[in-house]
Amino acid sequence: MLDREKVREIVRKYPERRGALLPALHLAQKEYGWLSPEAMKEVSRALNLPEATVKGVATFYAMYRRVPAGRHLIQICTNVACMIFGAERLVDLLKERYGLEPGGTSEDGRFSLMIMECIGACDRAPAMLVNEDYHPDLNEERIMTILEGYK
Amino acid sequence: MDKFLLRGIEEEGSAAIASYREKGGYAALEKALSMKPEEIIEEVKRSGLRGRGGAGFPTGMKWDFASRDPKFPKYLICNADEGEPGTFKDRPILEKNPHLLIEGMIISGHALKAEYGYIYLRGEYPGAKVVLEQAIEEAYKEGLLGDDILGKGIKFHLSVHQGAGAYICGEETALIDSIEGRRGQPRIKPPFPVNVGAWGMPTIVNNVETLSNLPLIVSIGGEKYAGIGNPECPGPKIYSVSCCVKKPGVYELPMGTTLREIIYTHAGGIRDDRPLKAVIPGGISTPVLTPDQIDCKMDFVNLPKVGSMLGSGAVMVFDDTVCLVRVCWRALRFFEHESCGKCVPCREGTGWLRNILERIENGFGRKGDIELLQDVAHSMAGKTFCPLGDGAANVVLSFIRQFHDEFEHHIEKKECMA
Repeated sequence: MLDREKVREIVRKYPERRGALLPALHLAQKEYGWLSPEAMKEVSRALNLPEATVKGVATFYAMYRRVPAGRHLIQICTNVACMIFGAERLVDLLKERYGLEPGGTSEDGRFSLMIMECIGACDRAPAMLVNEDYHPDLNEERIMTILEGYK
Repeated sequence: MDKFLLRGIEEEGSAAIASYREKGGYAALEKALSMKPEEIIEEVKRSGLRGRGGAGFPTGMKWDFASRDPKFPKYLICNADEGEPGTFKDRPILEKNPHLLIEGMIISGHALKAEYGYIYLRGEYPGAKVVLEQAIEEAYKEGLLGDDILGKGIKFHLSVHQGAGAYICGEETALIDSIEGRRGQPRIKPPFPVNVGAWGMPTIVNNVETLSNLPLIVSIGGEKYAGIGNPECPGPKIYSVSCCVKKPGVYELPMGTTLREIIYTHAGGIRDDRPLKAVIPGGISTPVLTPDQIDCKMDFVNLPKVGSMLGSGAVMVFDDTVCLVRVCWRALRFFEHESCGKCVPCREGTGWLRNILERIENGFGRKGDIELLQDVAHSMAGKTFCPLGDGAANVVLSFIRQFHDEFEHHIEKKECMA
């Protein structure tokens, strides 16, 4: 269940209720792992906004997920600096090892993969986020060691 | 030059308020609270500070416009949606020196008579969110934020608003839409946000680095600040250097340091001492430069003289092993993904440019493709609400202008020169 008290707390930070929409969507996603139609409905009720408005906003932003995610979300950057240092090879490696496709989830539900545009780690490329943990200076060996820590 | 923006960030626990106070933090705020709002704006004008987000607009002038507008409440928004590929200059402030930004925002709030501030933080920086929220809590506890700051009867409230992965929200009007809980799509200007911004009220949007300069301006005074770096656009500047250099990282240097000094003195030169091939000086949206142009000073005045821009000051360095057609293609894949879809020339154009570049890169380039790329790019530049479309067009045009042979070689020989 979406924590209504927390939503009310967020709403107080904005002069209009709708200002709380992005944070409320973040909250719902954290609760359910993704934004299911039901989760969006809950947000719409909590903020008293039309469902279409909520969906319209949720579908605009890349970080709101509208398919169920695995237990751990890998967000890997392949933008210019990361590309130069082999990020695309790492994406291929994830496919080989876990059968992970960009935008997809591994069959065992362990990992989901998202290709990111620049995550601001160009000085230590290639880099990724796993859930909310930041992992820079990747190579083929390091990425596998790191991911083995996420069960 | 002593570091100011990045001072002490390598120390353990630098984000804590106690550590910030040890470095003299919040002394500028006490001074600012004893000044009249107009006096602070006057100091900012005297300092010559120009916005560090990319456009380089004079901050004092922006503030003047906002403070002349009779409508209240006014909102102060810190743009921490650092999304320009190659850019990671705000990140160390947000993660390691958050109180510098908070102090800068309280001073700015007082100067602008804005009682509410938001930090629009990109969704890709979850670590910074934790640090900022903790720092804001510390500031509330010590009476630096709230209804009566340090007993001076001045009110300023601050909170973090987390984005959700949309580069376009770095554009100030799209950012405002996003704070209001909408799809982040740029608005037509005028009216400008300083008059009609968030919730229709006067809104000042400034970059993290810009606001972080306020404590320095207040403590040493605008006149002395104007003596740092290039007098035409003074101050300290954080350059983020990446790709093929020995020591990639952030470097705080006087505004107007040459590209050569940044690359060869501070970033240690090119990896494996290879030859330099190309430099993007200010983030992926700024036109690319050739090795003979690196004596240019990195500031808002001198880069346009060689056909580029300072942008965010993100220096991306490429050696002779890098395929520039591929870099250009990747840049356009980025723009296509990030185009918000509001303006047709950008929405359609970025996709076409990416498509044509992709076939060239994959060895299926056709005769006439270079001209086609230029034609599409010219149909976008200057024909959109915001600069995203211009950026995409200029990247393609500048890569073709500067490295025409490489594109031709790809098309004719179906292979890369690098």
